[in-house]
Amino acid sequence: MTSNAILHPDPAWRARLTGAAVFVLLLYPLLVAAEFRPWLLFDAQSLRAAGGFLRDFLTPETDPAFLAMVLRETWQTVAIATAGLTLALIVAIPATFVISERLSISRLGTGHIRPLAGIVRQVLRWILMVLRSVPELVWALLFVRIVGLGPTAGVLAIALSYSGMLAKVYAEILESSDAHATDVLLANGSGRLPALLYGALPDASAELVSYTVYRWECAIRGSAVMGFVGAGGLGQRLDESTKMMAGGEVATMLIMFVLLVAGADLVSKLLRRRIG
Amino acid sequence: MKTDTTPRTTIPAPPPRQAGTWLILGGLLALIVASFASLPLQWSAFFTREAIDSASEFLAGFAPPDTAPAFLAKTLVAFWETLAMSAIGTILAALVAMPLALAGAGRLGRAARAVTRLVLNVLRSIPELVWAAVLLVLAGLGPLAGTLALAAHTAGVLGRLFADALENIEPHAEQSLRTNGARPLAAFLYATLPQALPQMLSYTLYRWENNIRAAAVLGVVGAGGLGQMLKYHLSLFQMPSAATVVIAMLVLVALVDAASYALRRALMR
Repeated sequence: MTSNAILHPDPAWRARLTGAAVFVLLLYPLLVAAEFRPWLLFDAQSLRAAGGFLRDFLTPETDPAFLAMVLRETWQTVAIATAGLTLALIVAIPATFVISERLSISRLGTGHIRPLAGIVRQVLRWILMVLRSVPELVWALLFVRIVGLGPTAGVLAIALSYSGMLAKVYAEILESSDAHATDVLLANGSGRLPALLYGALPDASAELVSYTVYRWECAIRGSAVMGFVGAGGLGQRLDESTKMMAGGEVATMLIMFVLLVAGADLVSKLLRRRIG
Repeated sequence: MKTDTTPRTTIPAPPPRQAGTWLILGGLLALIVASFASLPLQWSAFFTREAIDSASEFLAGFAPPDTAPAFLAKTLVAFWETLAMSAIGTILAALVAMPLALAGAGRLGRAARAVTRLVLNVLRSIPELVWAAVLLVLAGLGPLAGTLALAAHTAGVLGRLFADALENIEPHAEQSLRTNGARPLAAFLYATLPQALPQMLSYTLYRWENNIRAAAVLGVVGAGGLGQMLKYHLSLFQMPSAATVVIAMLVLVALVDAASYALRRALMR
């Protein structure tokens, strides 16, 4: 038996070769556009700069005053996320009531919605779409220009982009819950608020709460990152330390960052299990 | 017993709640109050007459977006650069994730699995933007830092997903090849990999979609693409140019959404 009999040649090698060649051809313009020249990382000058930074990086800063500052900024990050999400809820919940077709009374029976109500809904939907399509980081960048550096810009950025997101998803959750109870209540003359509270909410509340908690977790991640454009919290300090090339401080803050994200993840998981 | 036939006019009492629920609600309320109390928020500065005036003046400055052909061409280049960053970043991440996933799926022993999963978790829990800020020190301003940042975060995500995909594959095919004398690599390549590959490919495409969105804003720390342009024009207070860049970002995100929706529809059918 020759070794050829054991090492079967790949039956599809021609197709694979062509595929790989086409892939490389398509890849080349992308590599040029992304200025992908990784060897620049290894020239003498950047190696010297990187060397010092990486050496510092291995010994995280543990000065008590610095640690206290990091903890304070971490709390500020959580507070920005919580405050932003609260403001977002204040906007999102009424908006949900407006855009959700489930609570429309004119829809009952004929299935037609009054034109005026339809227009109001559609306009509000478009506004919410704009609010959530602009990335939160861009909102933060704009608000830093308006209200100056600091947490106010972060809170406002989270409030705006999350109100668009929450209202849309809340309305979707309400509309995907069982329509029967709400319809019967509305058809028998109940007001919209009792119809919502007794018809739609019992079915949808677990999902609504768990989505909100998940978004809170996202907001914490978002607010940590927003500091990079000057909107307060851990990100802003991380940005400053990186610019000063203080590797030790960056290392400490990155560790804090990983712990914060893991903590938010854990709390969110516990809360969702408790409620969902 | 007398039955009550008069119609109820008040809303019935809500069902009783457990003590634990009240505790959680109380905790959440305390968190919210503490958040607002501890933040140095400048509401007064924001809602005064002149603050509103200056804010609306600032917003009005965006009004006609810059549509000079030269500037549009520049925006288009940044648009393409953003796409390129996301594509290269995702491909790099998939290449790095593949060997990490082999270790993460326990193919190199239990210790290697635990260590690899830890590394993947760390890669994953640091967001792209933080990676970009740190990598700027090493790679300098420009799209290379952004590409590597996307690759670092995505490698963590894909490594974890790939490892889970490999672990969840039916082991019978590979085992029967092994018992019949195929070498380990051949058994893996011909039995396990073909089963896992479609799932890995769809994870990679999904992450590419996410990375396009991320690449659009990554530049605000100086890592190339549309974000860097936005930061540049905003810091020079060239509002019409900034408006054009924001519109370009929105178009990019909308295109990605539409493409992914169409692709999903086509694949579902």
